[in-house]
Amino acid sequence: MAGVVRLSPPTTLHKTAGSSWSSAVQKFARGIPAKLLILVLLVIDVYPVFWLVSTSLKSTQEFLNTPFWALPRSLAFQNYADAWTLGRIGLSLQNSLVVTIPSVVFILLLGAAAGFTLEVMIWKGRNTVLLVILGGIMVPVQMILLPLFTIYFKIGLTNTLWPLIFTYIGHGLPLTTFLMAAYFRSVPRELFESCTLDGAGILRSFFSVGLPMVRNGLLTVALLMFFSTYNDLLSALTFITSRDKSTVQVGLLNFQGEYGSVLYGPLFAGICMTVLGTLVVYLFLSRQIMQGLAGGALKG
Amino acid sequence: MNQVLGDKRAILILLGPALLMYSLIMVIPVVWSFGYALFRGNLIEGFTYVGPANFVRLFQDEQVASAVRFTLLYTLVISTGQIVLGYSLALFYTFVLRRSSNLIRTLVFFPVVLPSVAVGLLFSRLFAVAPNTGPVESLLNLVGVAPFDFFAGAGTAFWVIVIMDLWRSMGFYGVLLYSGLIDIPVEILEAARIDGARGWRLIRSVVLPLSLPVLVSAVIFSLNASLKVFDTIVALTNGGPGYQTTPITLLMFQTSFVYSSFGYGSSMAILISVMCFAVTAFIFKYSRRDLTEGKAA
Repeated sequence: MAGVVRLSPPTTLHKTAGSSWSSAVQKFARGIPAKLLILVLLVIDVYPVFWLVSTSLKSTQEFLNTPFWALPRSLAFQNYADAWTLGRIGLSLQNSLVVTIPSVVFILLLGAAAGFTLEVMIWKGRNTVLLVILGGIMVPVQMILLPLFTIYFKIGLTNTLWPLIFTYIGHGLPLTTFLMAAYFRSVPRELFESCTLDGAGILRSFFSVGLPMVRNGLLTVALLMFFSTYNDLLSALTFITSRDKSTVQVGLLNFQGEYGSVLYGPLFAGICMTVLGTLVVYLFLSRQIMQGLAGGALKG
Repeated sequence: MNQVLGDKRAILILLGPALLMYSLIMVIPVVWSFGYALFRGNLIEGFTYVGPANFVRLFQDEQVASAVRFTLLYTLVISTGQIVLGYSLALFYTFVLRRSSNLIRTLVFFPVVLPSVAVGLLFSRLFAVAPNTGPVESLLNLVGVAPFDFFAGAGTAFWVIVIMDLWRSMGFYGVLLYSGLIDIPVEILEAARIDGARGWRLIRSVVLPLSLPVLVSAVIFSLNASLKVFDTIVALTNGGPGYQTTPITLLMFQTSFVYSSFGYGSSMAILISVMCFAVTAFIFKYSRRDLTEGKAA
């Protein structure tokens, strides 16, 4: 992390004759607005999630009859069981992973290969191809929704998860290709040239040298693509017509529509499970996730 | 050397699959959408050629006008909020918390990774009045506001949407803009300080211009994301009350799949794309004059 900026003047210049004790008090007093702001941020960000978890453990009676700040009297884990089976959260989570994991793997594989070909290899017309692919970054999903629906409908895929996988791969490719090309640009060209001199074919240098060299980039892009795929609603709502195939986002929406005004506890438990699932991932990879999401936005 | 780096067969193997997927999923459907816009009908009833009639209708349709108005208002409010809050957070991280900002940055960032439907449903309960008085309503009642339903009026529903989306995204923009601020060389700030620039003046004349490239990228990203808003609104209000919080994306979805008019839906999709392109091109062109590096997007 280059250059952490300091705004306050160097303390030595401003030290008055006062004792170290009073300067400590002053220092503390100056820190109060900052601490207050941190406290406010903490409450704003954490409280809704805390309330969600606490409410998800209340029984329906308790939810209706106690004020919002009351903690659950007994832990109604039955809510979670109901959400899992009745609300089909378990099935939705499974569907989401079945869609997301292959999508991300193929986006990365195809995008890295394309980025490598467009950045490292030398051939006529590569700038044109790069430009055509970059144009895709600007295309909203709405532009491809209806024709794709027609295609999937005609070839009978509308009740499977395939349409989602295909759509996510196609729509994720432009940004991935662009980002991967940028990562390959920062690998010294001499590396690939010396590979070639050592007798390696270009495919070999891609798989054994190129991919390992950009592994940080791969992880960053993978996280970006994971969250944009996992959290997608529009495509999932369009292409999945069968209840058994709904992803987490569509599943939650259906659950709310069907039982939302009766089974309060289980609905909260369902929301809670999907939220905590992503939070656990975030807990372990927060730095890379922040880097990936911010990087995708800056370069996209 | 160039023979290997220009190996035709390898190019085909490496680029072929990506190009094929891209053509099938993106290029062909985009062209197809332009075609659909000239027809009326759907998959069941078949299609009839109507020429530019869909676009004529687009400009006369009061519902489209209201959806576009809502989208623009939403975009204006949300993007302003995201940039202002995000930049304030970034300044707070960089200049006040400095090295100890890591934890708080991580914490404020997390809502953006949560499933948007979950966040929408959570906020509909946070602001609920029935069956159980939610936290926000309870606090308002405590300070003497009479109970009312946030989701019954277009104005209050709009503000709940705004609060939710800012809650979701401010940490994200904070981190995004922070990455621009920490790249400012310390020497420049020191020099400015020696020249007597402090506080607000330092931010306006030194920090702001130097972080402009990142700021422009953030503005472009924010505007594009806001114009395409869909998930959170579907989960929170589903466009209601009536159609008063329906963005153009939701109207396009309903037109296409609830009212089954693919042709008209496609013309709305084109409108959405045009809006995104126009905004991006405008910001890009407008900001380019000030940019020394000119590689914002």
